Amino acid sequence: MNDTPCGIASLPIKAEVKDFNFYYGSFQAIKNVNMPLCDKKVTALIGPSGCGKSTLLRSFNRMHDLYSGNRYEGEIVLHPDRTNLLDPRVDPIEVRMRLSMVFQKPNPFPKSIYENVIYGQRVRGVNKRSLLDDKVEQALTQAALWNEVKHRLHDMAFTLSGGQQQRLCIARALATEPEILLFDEPTSALDPIATASIEELIQELKEQVTILIVTHNMQQAARVSDFTAYMYLGELIEFGYTDEIFIKPRDKRTEDYITGRFG
Amino acid sequence: MTGTTSVQVARLRTNIARRKLWDLLFALLGILALAIGILTIAVLFADMLINGWERLHPEFFTHFPSRRAAQAGILSAWVGSVLVMLVTAAVAVPLGVAAGIWLEEYAPHHWLTDVIEININNLAGVPSIIYGLLALGLFVYAFDLGQSIRTAGLTLGLLILPIVIVATREAIRAIPQVIREGAYALGATRWQTVKHHILPYSLPGILTGVIIGMARAIGETAPIITIGALTFIAFLPPAPVTAAAPFISFEWLQAPFTVMPIQIFNWTSRPEAAFQANAAAAGVVLIAMTLAMNGLAIWLRYRLRKNIKW
Repeated sequence: MNDTPCGIASLPIKAEVKDFNFYYGSFQAIKNVNMPLCDKKVTALIGPSGCGKSTLLRSFNRMHDLYSGNRYEGEIVLHPDRTNLLDPRVDPIEVRMRLSMVFQKPNPFPKSIYENVIYGQRVRGVNKRSLLDDKVEQALTQAALWNEVKHRLHDMAFTLSGGQQQRLCIARALATEPEILLFDEPTSALDPIATASIEELIQELKEQVTILIVTHNMQQAARVSDFTAYMYLGELIEFGYTDEIFIKPRDKRTEDYITGRFG
Repeated sequence: MTGTTSVQVARLRTNIARRKLWDLLFALLGILALAIGILTIAVLFADMLINGWERLHPEFFTHFPSRRAAQAGILSAWVGSVLVMLVTAAVAVPLGVAAGIWLEEYAPHHWLTDVIEININNLAGVPSIIYGLLALGLFVYAFDLGQSIRTAGLTLGLLILPIVIVATREAIRAIPQVIREGAYALGATRWQTVKHHILPYSLPGILTGVIIGMARAIGETAPIITIGALTFIAFLPPAPVTAAAPFISFEWLQAPFTVMPIQIFNWTSRPEAAFQANAAAAGVVLIAMTLAMNGLAIWLRYRLRKNIKW
């Protein structure tokens, strides 16, 4: 299908960030970032607060288009069709129909569990009950939540625990069959047990979907990701296999961060 | 630290007691302020209730006004108030809610929207008589809508429009941004986000604002007098439902009318004590109508908010 090598690895590529700059008004938040996203692998974005990792993640699904004064420069090319996600001629709605996102805090809609999962289908105009029922079971199973909620699909989503809510949001994101799943610090509002279950889930999901995850937690990056990108002050300092980044970083700044000397 | 003596402890306690005296003083002042406000209103209302009590029997609601105080009722006034409120709601709700949604969810943020925002807040403070003058010139003379229920409804609709817009905007602003982003991230359009999320989640707040606006409008006298409502009216507007096809009639919109506050004003200006009792009784009814609307607002908000949580 796609034999473009993925940067340092000879793996199929899913997306590549090319000469990417991002501006909030006149402030440049991201400076000339280039990096690949390998197909069906987990790539982690790490770095201290304000380094631009969330900004980069939110550029993938054009979230910045919702606010005025934001400007993209460069490209994020989605493979295999090589669509530039940042092209102004590409509708952000199209981008968001191909890529899904899971947010920092669980953000279920104040609707039933069922309605939350199939919201992507509702938006697309799918209303056939049997299709929706199948979708709900499939997505909740993928998100390891089906057994816990199958008897209460029509309860309000906010009756679930925090960890369950986040898995519901993952199910909601998976139900649209995204090509890339974006995670923006998905466990920062969760307790350690819920965090462990989300991490386990991410490991399972990479069989099916390419994952980009922003995390504050370096152990998490080391545990769940295949590749890691270290960002600092809007620049990509180092990108490589997670094992290599954590065992023998090439850059002094990466080493300082991962050994806990700052950040 | 280790050798704190009983003298030091005693000094500490005197110090605390002295500072807590101010707590007590302020609490008393607060209670006094509250009591003055509430008692004044309670006394006024009790006085009105005592004066009007004898007149509050069923015929009071089913009789037209009359030259004989004992037979006079508020039929034309309460029917007029209810019909004017219907038109007011029909005007203010769609316009106010749509304007509020546009300002929050669609409008770009630049100087023009800032100007609009400042003006809406100013409109809420414009004296109601000014709305009456505007309506007299525009609706009665320029548009030739007559001194009718529709003119009154349009006028009061404009009067409470800023209240509805502000309530809508505040209700929308209470929706967390992550909920909006969640919808957009799944590929929703702006309208889908509004229809599936923004409107349903802001509905309790919007309804509350609408009802509070209506409760204000139902007591308005000045703009209604300005547009020329009748003070003595002994017939009802044509019924909205008719016996012959098409069974629905909007003729009532063009009918002359009176409303509760005008009826009260009319009776108060009569010298006879019996009419003063009528005015008091009508005042009690008007307050009951207002309280009922506010009660409805509280109940609706409570019911609808149970299903909204983030």
